[in-house]
This record gives sequence, C-alpha cells and structure tokens, in this order.
Amino acid sequence: MSVDDSQLGGTSVAAPQHVGDEPPVRPAGTKAPDDGDRWREALRRVTSGGWAVSLGAVVLAVLAGSVMIAVTDKGVQDASGYFFSRPQDTFSAIGSAVGGAYAALFRGAVWDFRADDFAGGIKPFMSSLNFATPLIGAGLGVALAFRAGLFNIGGRGQMLVAAAAAGWVGFGVDLPIVLHLVVAMTAGIAAGAIWSGIAGLLKAATGAHEVITTIMLNYVAFYLISYMLATPGLLQAPGSSNPKTPPMADTVIMPRLLGAQYKLNLGFVFALVAVVLVWWLLNRSRLGFAFRAVGENPDAARVAGIDVRRTTVSVMLVAGGLIGLAGTTQVLGTVTTGFSSDIDAGIGFDAITVALLGRSTPFGVLAAAILFGAFKAGGSVMQASENVPIEIVLVIQSLIVLFIAAPPLVRAVFHLPQPGARPKKRARRQPKEVAA
Amino acid sequence: MKKTMRAAVLATAAALVLAACGAAPEDENEATTEPGADETTPAETIDYKACIVSDAGGFDDKSFNQLSYEGTKKAADELGAQFAEVQSDSETDFQPNIDSLVAEGCNTIVTVGFALSAATVEAATANPDIEFVLIDDAADNDFNGEKDAENIKPLLYDTAQAAFLAGYLAAGYSESGKVGTFGGQPYPTVTIFMDGFKQGVDYYNEVKGTSVSVIGWTGSDEGSSFTGGFEANDTAKNTAAAIIDQGVDVLLPVGGPIYQSAMDAIADSGREIALIGVDADFYETDPSTQDLVLTSILKKMDVSAYDAVMAAGQGDVDYEAYVGTLENGGVGIAPLHNFEGKVDAALWAEVEALQEQIIAGEVEVTSYLNQ
Repeated sequence: MSVDDSQLGGTSVAAPQHVGDEPPVRPAGTKAPDDGDRWREALRRVTSGGWAVSLGAVVLAVLAGSVMIAVTDKGVQDASGYFFSRPQDTFSAIGSAVGGAYAALFRGAVWDFRADDFAGGIKPFMSSLNFATPLIGAGLGVALAFRAGLFNIGGRGQMLVAAAAAGWVGFGVDLPIVLHLVVAMTAGIAAGAIWSGIAGLLKAATGAHEVITTIMLNYVAFYLISYMLATPGLLQAPGSSNPKTPPMADTVIMPRLLGAQYKLNLGFVFALVAVVLVWWLLNRSRLGFAFRAVGENPDAARVAGIDVRRTTVSVMLVAGGLIGLAGTTQVLGTVTTGFSSDIDAGIGFDAITVALLGRSTPFGVLAAAILFGAFKAGGSVMQASENVPIEIVLVIQSLIVLFIAAPPLVRAVFHLPQPGARPKKRARRQPKEVAA
Repeated sequence: MKKTMRAAVLATAAALVLAACGAAPEDENEATTEPGADETTPAETIDYKACIVSDAGGFDDKSFNQLSYEGTKKAADELGAQFAEVQSDSETDFQPNIDSLVAEGCNTIVTVGFALSAATVEAATANPDIEFVLIDDAADNDFNGEKDAENIKPLLYDTAQAAFLAGYLAAGYSESGKVGTFGGQPYPTVTIFMDGFKQGVDYYNEVKGTSVSVIGWTGSDEGSSFTGGFEANDTAKNTAAAIIDQGVDVLLPVGGPIYQSAMDAIADSGREIALIGVDADFYETDPSTQDLVLTSILKKMDVSAYDAVMAAGQGDVDYEAYVGTLENGGVGIAPLHNFEGKVDAALWAEVEALQEQIIAGEVEVTSYLNQ
C-alpha cells in the first residue's frame, strides 16, 4: 500500500485530497471538518435503516395513496357535495373507490380472482415477477454502490448502453443458439460495467463526484443511443426510418420459464443468481469487505491498508455490470421485438428507491423489487378497470422514498443530531446521568 | 375572546356554505342519473367497449395521443359504450397494457403511435376477435408492404399534402425570402411535414420564378434541424433561435409542444415572425398563439379515430387501412383567422385552387406514404 500512497502524493496537485475523504466539491478547509461525516452519516442512515422503517414507509405511502384515490374519484366528489345531508353516501363512495382500486391492484399483481383456473389466476404474479426482473439487477447495482458510500444514479445510461450492446449482438450477429445468448449477455454486462466504470475512474483519478458524472453519462448515453437509432447501419432497423431496432434473433431470445402463456423468462433466474452472488460478494469475499469498509469510513479503510481508489473503480464496475444485466434482460427477455431509446423505462431511477427500501441488502432488494414489480403490473389493471390514474402508483413509490430518506436528510441539513449517533449519544447522556 | 368570536363566525359560515352545497338526491334512480351524467348520455347503452392505450407521451401531450383520445372518447360517449384508457410510461408497458385491456373485455382497442406497432401486432395475432386501430403506423414490421395481422385497422395521414399548401402560402407570404422549419426527432411522421412544406415552397418558386429558401430542412434528415426530443425546453428554443437568426419570417416547428419554445424565441428576436401550427388548429387549441399563427397544418386524428370507433361500435368493422388526404379531409389547412388582412387575397385563392389541383392529381406531392 505504500506504493499507492506515493502515487497519491504525486497527483496531489490536481486532487489535494484523498478520493475517499470527501468529494472535491467542498474545497478543503472552507467548512467544518465534520461536515463530510455529517452527510456520510446521513447517507448511511438513509440506506441502512431498520426493516420496520421500510414496512412503515410502505404502509404510510399506501394510506396516502388511498386518500388520493378517494379525493380524485368522481363518485366521492359527487357524494361529498351533499355530505351534510347524507354522510353515509360519501363514506360508501370512498369505500368503493379505494376498495375497488386496491382490489384491481391485487388482481393485476398477485392473483386474478376472476380467472377460472389456477393457471390463469397466477398469471398476474408471473407478470409482477417479470416487471421485477430488471429492478432486481438495477437495484443490486445501486445498493452495492450505496454500501461502498457511492451514489450511482447513472442507472439509466448504464441500462441504455447495455441494451444497445446486447441488442446489437442480439440482432446483428449470427451465432448458434446458446452461444449467442452468452455473447450478447456478456456484451451487455460489459457495456454497463464500462459505462459505470468511467464514473468510477473519474472519481478515483480526479475526485469528480460520481453523482455529477453518472448523471452526465445518462445524457451522453441517451443521445448516443438516439443517434444510433436514427442512423441506418447502426441500430436502426433496415427498411425503416423509425428510431427503432429490428427484432432480436430467435437464437438469442431468453426462453420463457413456464410456457408461452407467462411472460416470465430466463432473465429472472439470472437476476436471482445475481442476488446470491452479491450476497456472497458482500458478506463472504475480501473484495466485498473492502467495499463495505470504504463505505463505512474511507479514512479508516485507507489506514487499514485498503486501496480506496482501486476499490471505488471496482465498485462502480460491479454495480454497472449488475445494472447492465437489467438492460440486457430488457431487450433479450421483455421487449424482444426491437427497442427504442426509452427501453430503460425509468428503471435506473426506480432502482434507487428499490435499493433504499431494501436497505441495500441483496435479499432486501429482491423483496423490494418484487413489490415494485407488483405495483407496476397492478397499476396497469387498476387503470384499465377502475380508471385510477397510473400516477397514483408513482406517488406511492415516491412517498416511500420520502418517508425513508427524509428524516436523516432533514437532520443533516439543519445540523440536528442523528438519534443514536455515537459521539452525540455520549455527549447527551452524560449530563443526564449527572442530573440523575 | 376575539378569537373565539372569529372562530364561531367562521364555523357558522362554513356550516352554511356546506349545507348549501346540495341536498342528497331523493331516491336511488335519481342518484344514478343526477351526478356525473351529462346531456351526452344516450337513450340506451350498448354492449360494446372501446379502449385506448397511449404511447409514452401520455394523453395530455397536446398532440396525437390527445387527439386520438378525444376522438375515441367522443365516439364511446355517443355510442353509449363502455370506455377504458391506459397510459404507458415506457415501451415495456405497451404489451402488458394492451393485455390488461384485452382482459377487461374491450371490443376495440386503439393503440397510438408507431412505437406500439409491434405490441399491437402481437396482441392482434393472439386475439383475432378484437379489433385493433393503430394510429400513425401501417403495422408492417417486416416491411413486406402488407400489415402483419388481419384484425388491425391502420390510420395513416399523408400530411405532406397539407404541408405543401402551407409551404406555398408561407413562400408567398414571406417578405425576406426565407422560411424556416425544425422538428423534434427525425421520425417519418415528423419529417413528412417538413418535406411537404419544402415541396410547397419549391413549387411556389417554380410557378412564380422566385427563390424563397427553406432553412432547417435540406430534403433529407442529414443536415436538417432537430431538437432531439419533444419537450419545450432550452434546446428547442436554441434550435428555433438559430433558424430565426438566419432571417426567416415564417417558422414551422413540428413536434408536440416545441412550438412553445419557438414562440419564446420569436418574442426574444423582437421581429415579426409568423408561426405555422401542426396537428390541430393552434388558433383554437392554444389561444396564446393567436397573434402569431399564420395557419395550421391539420392532421385530424380525432376525426378518423372517432369514425373508426363509431363504425366498429355500430357493428360495421372494416380493416381497410385509412390514409388521411386532402381529398377525404383527413388532413387539411386551417383558416387564416387573424392573418386574413395580412395575406393577399389572391394568394389565398391560389392556395385554395392548389388544394383542388392536388386532389385532382394535377400537382403531385410525394411522401413516404405514396412512394
């Protein structure tokens, strides 16, 4: 590690601080020295709170969603017009609006109680799992970065380049059946890893903050893909002038797991494998230990002999690869008829919520992704049968983030003590004991 | 004391207001007809369900999703049919959303935009009993010149014909000898406006021996002006400003709300520049454009979606592809409104004569739909 220290010294003109210390947006010495600690502590709390908080946030968000469904419902509005002459009308209207909406959500996401047999009844749950597939991969990518103290919001760009790479191999290259899928997936995952790795490298080499660089790379990816989709010979389908790719070759399409009637495909299995791999990586491997150590306290990690810069790059590479997996399953499993520039479907950002809700643990991410997949699948049915706007689902998802993330952030913004924080706790308890 | 008084007064007032809000409907029959039902309620309802699914733009895009939605909804209301709508957020939603509507028992499903083409073909093949109406695309994803499923009715619009008229009018109206256009993204459904516009200008030059030039459209995607999206943002404004700076005095922005950015750029330039609207008559749909809008190139998706759903609801299903033209009124040019005094009456008469010539086939307008 001494080699590394001397390298750091060499670049100290450009980057006066160690990378792990704090992003260089804060010039050294202009703020209180514990400022970085304050924000890092807030991020740590946001991303690794207790399970009760996650559950509570979901319950509260669903309750708030009920209020919105009731308020926007035409029947409720009409009945509340004469609330004082017959209040029971209003309550029954609220009941039927909210009850109907959530019944439809359940019917679209878990179990179709209108279906005749088990095969039809379970169809919505399979659809939920299918919607969850990319959220699992992308959620893992974001969660892993969280654990290393990095905020990867470049999921959109990483998914887009992964989709483009996997898609290009998928329709443009002629290969035998299993090999084709392997090559396409490798290309997709590698593309995602490289795209995210650029941000990691920039952070390691220059200290550029990953939030800024990953956002910028989102735009770069989007416009790059848009250009390629509009250019014959790159991604655009031959014979067409629409910005859309040709359909994937039959040899590369991920087979459906449980027959043609369910959309669930092999991508879900890969996502589950990724969950186990990330769990092993974080909890059983040396690399994962380094990730977590850097996330907890980069200074201590460096003192303990961990190369913080190399770890930053590795984290971003692995995170990008996981998000790349999500982009790959999108084009090889979900939308195989050719894709355009919104193939990321906002998953890069939903993944942040999934990682938060899942407490940045692999199995937590799995559970949160399935919940969000269920919201997605159910939202469509809720809209079609009860005429509830799809935005309600978005509101519920956003409120979940708000309920989880807001308290620690508010405390950090206003310099309030985080409850249970080690130094503050001692400072507060001592006078109490004296008084007692 | 004062506070209590104020609270008491407020409470009384509130109670009065709420009490005045209305009496409960007398009995159950009345309760179902009084609230919600409008004068559009027909005498009887029929056993038919019309449904619509949007693309990622949403039903409030002030463009093709919205127009298609309005047409479909109007037809469903007039038929007394059931109606359901589903909005898509991205392309991964298309297929599940169509599936949800199939499960809801829709008889006709209107899908909006070329982006839904593949998903529509898939659903149509799986559900041969349901009629699909696909707006703005021929449902030909293997490019063999035929639609890929029998039970799809494609609605297409040869807007180049209407844009041709607007181009002729703009060339005659322009004093600087330069007219401009720019688009959202180089989709065929966007460039068809720009291309028809240029053909109209060129035709004017040919007839009159003038040399009015078109800025922003070169005749192909290469070198033409696009904002890269369909949002009214700074990029759109800068694109518009770059064209205005080259001295144009008529501007045709093609692509949803980007005309709003064009209006900002026109206001910044301080010059008198006329705007040409697309899809709907801007003079009617957006009153803030009334001082600027010379005319609008109409693409009557509301009318054709309405016709298709009405026909289907009355049991008169046909899967013949519909192509909106000047002849059948599916495309057209809006009245001059405020510009009536500023446009030479002879020029407008020429435009009207030109319309007849195009319908009669004496003047040829080319587009990707008639190649």
